[in-house]
Amino acid sequence: MKMKKVKIYITLKQGVLDPQGKAVQDSLNTLGYSEVLNARVGKYMELTLDDSVDVEKQVEDMCAKLLANPVIEDYQYTVEEGIAQ
Amino acid sequence: MKFAVIVFPGSNCDRDMYYAAKDALGAEAELVWYQTANLENYDAILIPGGFSYGDYLRTGAIASTSHIVNEIKQQAERGTPVLGVCNGFQILLEAGLLPGAMLRNKNLKFMCHFEELIVENSNTMFTSAYESKQMISLPIAHGEGNYYCDDATLDQLKENNQIVFTYASNPNGSINDIAGIINEAGNVLGMMPHPERAVESLLGSADGLELFKSVLNNWRETYVAGA
Amino acid sequence: MLQAPEISPELIEKDGLYREMGITDEEFQLVKKILGRLPNFTETGIFSVMWSEHCSYKTSKPVLKKFPTKAPHVIQGPGEGAGVIDIGDGQAVVFKIESHNHPSAVEPYQGAATGVGGIIRDVFSMGARPIAILNSLRFGNLTSGRVKYLFEEVVNGIAGYGNCVGVPTVGGEVQFDNCYEGNPLVNAMCVGLIDQKDIQKGIAAGIGNTVIYAGARTGRDGIHGATFASEDLSEESESKRPSVQVGDPFMEKLLIEACLEVIHCDALVGMQDMGAAGLTSSASEMASKAGTGMEMDLDLVPQRELDMTPYEMMLSESQERMLLVVEKGREQEIIDVFQKYGLEAVAVGRVTDDKRFRLLHKGEVAADIPVDSLAEDAPVYHKPSKVPTYFEEFQTMEDYYPEVLDFSETLKALLQQTTIASKQWVYDQYDSMVQTNTVVTPGSDAAVLRVRGFDKALAMTTDCNSRYIYLDPETGGKIAVAEAARNIVCSGAKPLALTDGLNFGNPDKPEVFWQIEKSVDGMCEASLKLQTPVISGNVSLYNESGNQAIYPTPVVGMVGLHESLDHITPSFFQSKGDAIYVIGETNPEFGGSELQNLLENDYFGKAPKIDLEVEAKRQNQLLKAIQSGLVASAHDLSEGGLAVALAESLFSNQLGCEVEVNGDVTSDLFSETQSRFLVSVKEENQTAFEALLEDAKSIGYVTDSGKLSVSQSSKTIIEEPAESLKALWKGAIPCLLKSKG
Repeated sequence: MKMKKVKIYITLKQGVLDPQGKAVQDSLNTLGYSEVLNARVGKYMELTLDDSVDVEKQVEDMCAKLLANPVIEDYQYTVEEGIAQ
Repeated sequence: MKFAVIVFPGSNCDRDMYYAAKDALGAEAELVWYQTANLENYDAILIPGGFSYGDYLRTGAIASTSHIVNEIKQQAERGTPVLGVCNGFQILLEAGLLPGAMLRNKNLKFMCHFEELIVENSNTMFTSAYESKQMISLPIAHGEGNYYCDDATLDQLKENNQIVFTYASNPNGSINDIAGIINEAGNVLGMMPHPERAVESLLGSADGLELFKSVLNNWRETYVAGA
Repeated sequence: MLQAPEISPELIEKDGLYREMGITDEEFQLVKKILGRLPNFTETGIFSVMWSEHCSYKTSKPVLKKFPTKAPHVIQGPGEGAGVIDIGDGQAVVFKIESHNHPSAVEPYQGAATGVGGIIRDVFSMGARPIAILNSLRFGNLTSGRVKYLFEEVVNGIAGYGNCVGVPTVGGEVQFDNCYEGNPLVNAMCVGLIDQKDIQKGIAAGIGNTVIYAGARTGRDGIHGATFASEDLSEESESKRPSVQVGDPFMEKLLIEACLEVIHCDALVGMQDMGAAGLTSSASEMASKAGTGMEMDLDLVPQRELDMTPYEMMLSESQERMLLVVEKGREQEIIDVFQKYGLEAVAVGRVTDDKRFRLLHKGEVAADIPVDSLAEDAPVYHKPSKVPTYFEEFQTMEDYYPEVLDFSETLKALLQQTTIASKQWVYDQYDSMVQTNTVVTPGSDAAVLRVRGFDKALAMTTDCNSRYIYLDPETGGKIAVAEAARNIVCSGAKPLALTDGLNFGNPDKPEVFWQIEKSVDGMCEASLKLQTPVISGNVSLYNESGNQAIYPTPVVGMVGLHESLDHITPSFFQSKGDAIYVIGETNPEFGGSELQNLLENDYFGKAPKIDLEVEAKRQNQLLKAIQSGLVASAHDLSEGGLAVALAESLFSNQLGCEVEVNGDVTSDLFSETQSRFLVSVKEENQTAFEALLEDAKSIGYVTDSGKLSVSQSSKTIIEEPAESLKALWKGAIPCLLKSKG
């Protein structure tokens, strides 16, 4: 059976304070990586979908309904076609 | 008057809420498992704190998609009082019953202690037993109580007097020191501090009991003739 | 890593592969004799975990036998998931402490989290609702980056797990000393409450009954965790990371609710959690205790990963799993309860009458072992013991006496010592109030939880001053028990019983084994004298890194009963005008003291003396005074002595105190002489109080000045605003954590 692999990246919206990102940035700066000007921490998810569906539409739906909270989060995703089981 | 205390997998303040309504307030109360089909026989709905579904994905997110939340929405539309505390507040936000969203505490740590709150709006069915601007002491216990909303929403909350409680000394970075908000209709309250943990002075404060009393008094005035 | 099942029994013997699993040559010969043949790979693994120190106590058994474990109020002593004590009204309190040191040293978050998860399961597997968690933690000094990381992550892990499962973390202790730098200690204690009629045991009784597996699926995590916990920590430990399990507190919460519902179904025969050595230990112990055998079909075990071997399944330490024995034919009643909570529960085997532990896998017998040989017949070792030279030196030293020039500055410095400083940074991260029973929250001598619906409460504490035990294990062992009881008494409760978390270095070293023997001797004597039997416990040995052993650290977890809510007594001063007393005389005793640590950055000399007769007498008298309503506040005098205790008594409200000392001032203020209490009493109760407490001496009064004032012959020697002392005390740990390094 052919399947599709969807990789979803969820990040806090620009303008929403990201205390975790701030902590990562501070810590990297402390370690001497002074070139790090900003860090944002997000979530990464991998879904394996059956090939038969309209993947884009379904994934959009999933993100809007559950996976991301539109009040604070943005999402983007990539689809890898034709993965064999 | 009969309270429903909704129990999701991972709720852990359910019994505390139940005891507050039943023992401290002296009302009827039942623990209602989340798979229960309808909530028609209850006069008020309490959504307790905890870690529903382990708070995996986002706090309250998975619980907000369960069937019983649709049922809660229907009851809310009919005017039934709905109180969400801590994780219950997070579920109400995720379900869209209240505006905004919750972020991790500013210091990225879970925190548990008493906080001083200011009652900003004592004209609600949940706060009528308090004085306006009264200082009360309630425990907080959360890792994500940093309330966030955009400027337009915040303006609206202010304009409609929907900000019910604020922190006297903001512990978590919450916008405008917000600790609790109510919907426009005035029957859905979400708050991070735990009134159900403050109903006996033996445990440090009885300031939360007034909130439950307000709900009971309001119900009596509305439904009990001659009250 | 040894995992290949195709390795033949002959090869295991020829190449000595069993040694890699921690089995000695002699033990392997014993296994051969028991089986009457060579063990296969799976069987070798099973013996290795069941005969590890963690499961068999093969080294510590001769010492543990000495503990007094019986008393009229003991319902269940050591041997079950947790001990059980009668608290009247048909109720009982269930408790146990357990260590998770080695896992926490390599992966502090998960190590600590799963430590909490494991001890909670021990308590609810008895049928009790877990009502409180306490922790006893030890770290190196908070100056190195690695120690800060371990400290922060351990606290984070305890919070992450405990908060989610909805059991309040109400107390405990954290101490910092160099010897724990490479080998931190993470001991977690859980307390549960139960109606006596509901007590469950982990037994596989009833031939033909069904064995049910419930909870999380089995994965490859934590394989050989029990053996791992029985070795020294080395560079290699880091690479053994796969041994560390990952916890799922959400699953645990569901498991708690399901198990506490299942106990009300009379189809349930026995229940035990799968802790160390997972399925192997729970199954074989349940059968052995019931005098039965067990057969399991491993193909039926819910598995999280593909192609798991019998060896992997039997040794996995995947978390949040329970094993139940259920009346044959009534399995569905039990399974339905688990399914309500979305949990898997499947029949995997049956109870047999042949006292064999038999495992089937893909139609073949994967293991067939006499069940008692695993749970009962592990070899017992009587290790040689030898008095360490350091001890002999310390005993012949002249008494250490510190030179103190500025009493105020010394007090300020002591308040900032990490072991004394406020642990608010720690406990603020724990939900200490969920279940709404916590009357006295963390930061006091003992935590207090009311028993809902009754006029009574439970006090609980963990204690162990390992510095004294290092200096003198026998005396230090007595002090550890006495101090725990003192804390319980100060809160207004009667001490009931204790659980011991014995943490030591490598017992193969005669000097370490001597420490074990002597400290247990001391604990036994104090337990008998103070009538607090030992009802459960845990042994963690091989706590060494880089050849440095930790201080002997036998942690005492104690529970007491308030016979009325009115007896609950705060540890801090209550109102202006109350008279302040010290119960007990003070001697110049500074060996192992916090002042010695401050001035010498080391511990040496003699530990403070303790007379258990005097200790018991004062505890009884003070408890009686509290129960008679004569005491406004009570605090035990411990690290840092009277000056620190006075300061701590002012940190919860805006009061002050005026105290006069007239002996040797350095001793009066900072000595750590044992069996002493700081008590405040309302004026109208003074006469009655003095009549009861013959050893009490009035030293001053509570004031509303907001200042701590101490004078000698009317000359002020300390005068400090309580607020500024509090700021130093509260800020010390956060400040160290923020500093770089």
